[in-house]
Amino acid sequence: MTTTVSAPDEAPPAPAEKPPKRRRRPTLPYLLLIPAIVLELAVHVIPMLTGIWMSLRELTQFHIRDWSGAPFIGLDNYKVSLDFNSATGKELLHSFWITVAYTALVVALCWAIGLMAAVLLQRPFRGRAILRTLFLTPYALPVYAAVITWSFLLQRDTGALNHVLVDQLHLVNDRPFWLIGGNSFYSLVLTMVWKQWPFAFLCLMAGLQSVPQDLYEAAYMDGAGFWRRLRAVTLPMLRPVNQVLLLVLFLWTFNDFNTPYVLFGKSAPDQADLISIHIYESSFVTWNFGLGSAMSVCLLVFLSIVSGLYLFFTRKARADA
Amino acid sequence: MRETVAERWSRRVILTLLTLFVLVPLYVMLSTAFKPLSNVRDSFTWLPEKLSGEAFVDMWSTVPLGRYLVNSLIVSTAAAVLSVAIAILAAYATSRWRFRGRGVFLASVLSTQMFPGILFLLPLFLIYVNIGNKTGIELYATRTGLIITYLTFSLPFSIWMLVGYFDSIPRELDEAAAVDGAGPMRILFRVLIPTAVPGILAVLVYAFMTAWGEVLFASVMTDETTRTVAVGLSGYSTQYDVYWNQIMAASLVVSVPVVAAFLFLQKYFVAGLTAGAVK
Repeated sequence: MTTTVSAPDEAPPAPAEKPPKRRRRPTLPYLLLIPAIVLELAVHVIPMLTGIWMSLRELTQFHIRDWSGAPFIGLDNYKVSLDFNSATGKELLHSFWITVAYTALVVALCWAIGLMAAVLLQRPFRGRAILRTLFLTPYALPVYAAVITWSFLLQRDTGALNHVLVDQLHLVNDRPFWLIGGNSFYSLVLTMVWKQWPFAFLCLMAGLQSVPQDLYEAAYMDGAGFWRRLRAVTLPMLRPVNQVLLLVLFLWTFNDFNTPYVLFGKSAPDQADLISIHIYESSFVTWNFGLGSAMSVCLLVFLSIVSGLYLFFTRKARADA
Repeated sequence: MRETVAERWSRRVILTLLTLFVLVPLYVMLSTAFKPLSNVRDSFTWLPEKLSGEAFVDMWSTVPLGRYLVNSLIVSTAAAVLSVAIAILAAYATSRWRFRGRGVFLASVLSTQMFPGILFLLPLFLIYVNIGNKTGIELYATRTGLIITYLTFSLPFSIWMLVGYFDSIPRELDEAAAVDGAGPMRILFRVLIPTAVPGILAVLVYAFMTAWGEVLFASVMTDETTRTVAVGLSGYSTQYDVYWNQIMAASLVVSVPVVAAFLFLQKYFVAGLTAGAVK
């Protein structure tokens, strides 16, 4: 990641890298990158720049036919989005905090469960391969199939959860709602954790494979118990994996759209109104695309700052690793 | 290294709980698919009142599932194949040459993960519509448009995993081929690609899964004729009834091939991640 150096290489790989053919100024690598760069530009970068352009316009249903002629209004959309005294700004701030809570819970739970499973499956035992395969299944399921199944489990009248709580265990008398009201937030977290933790498990399992076994043996000989070994051997060795994993989990969860969209439909309950759904609603339901774009740009700026800070503070750690 | 009794039992308890957590929804999906409609209307039952294949028959006519499946299959296959082909070229360049801008390329590839989908959904939609109006090349609500969109979603991760995979292939193999007079492209096709087949397959499955499961863009960028299963499944809940048994049956049909392919290739997936992420 930190390799920004160019032509005269670092010493070790250099001799192996220069068979006579490649001594000329390399144009081939650039040619090989062209398709990838063109496509990323076309589908990500240009639309993103267009999005920034749109955020400076008054782009409502009146101008959508001829959107390039939408009047320029400068930063007005941003002022409206970020005016936390107005209704629009309040709602945006509200869904921002919901998303922060959602992301924190989901990332923490996915990581903790994934780590637990990966550590427990390190030692060979009968049935290990089966468990490993089973644990990966939720991740392999298409998102909507996984989420729709949860939405069925969480139905008030016909769902399994209420069946267990009310009919079988008699813990609650009144059938609670899980997909509207305050509970919907936890339903969302539960669903996302269920389908996302196996990714953490997969990465951490891959990371654990590179930990030399004799480190554990040595720690064991020194009398280190399970927790001590976890803290002194496993976690430090997993640091490089963790750094990438946590960042990716953070970004995916913060930008998550599919889970709430399939679980609740186009308009999520207020208590589970994630930011991407909120922006989607602001753009496609009320047809104010300029405002929606401004909100998306704010979201991008926030994510860039957080990722930038994260990468900055972990860089030293990565250089040491 | 011996495991203490306490460790062994806590391992068993935790793994049992985790297994239940994973298994219960999967079981509900499976068992509901085999229930008759009357069985899913009122109250939940763990076992089907009677085993019924009704849902698997009815699901094809409640919504045009066949058409959605064909759309998804075409779009996902094309997106996956193209994405992997492009990723192979880019990963080859990045793994085998130290050129100016290499670091920038790798970093910017990863940073696309940061873009909120919602930010470029609408501009992309407008761009596609505009291209259609100006040039007659229809991208909006066509499979082509969806293929182009989806292949870029899996591209960053595919490049990243393949760079790791290619890096783990010894350069001596390249050199041996170069000594025999093979040019760079020949080396790619004769040495790297055959050696990296497992990794390429894993990336292919990943790219396919990405396209197969995508909901947001599919819901905006398709119409009735190009709709994918991801969006089509919502058709089973109407104003009057929710056909849970058919939803579960359809989910099952949609999931089984992907899950099977993923689980079959998961060890290469882990290998690719190890190579790509741990380095």
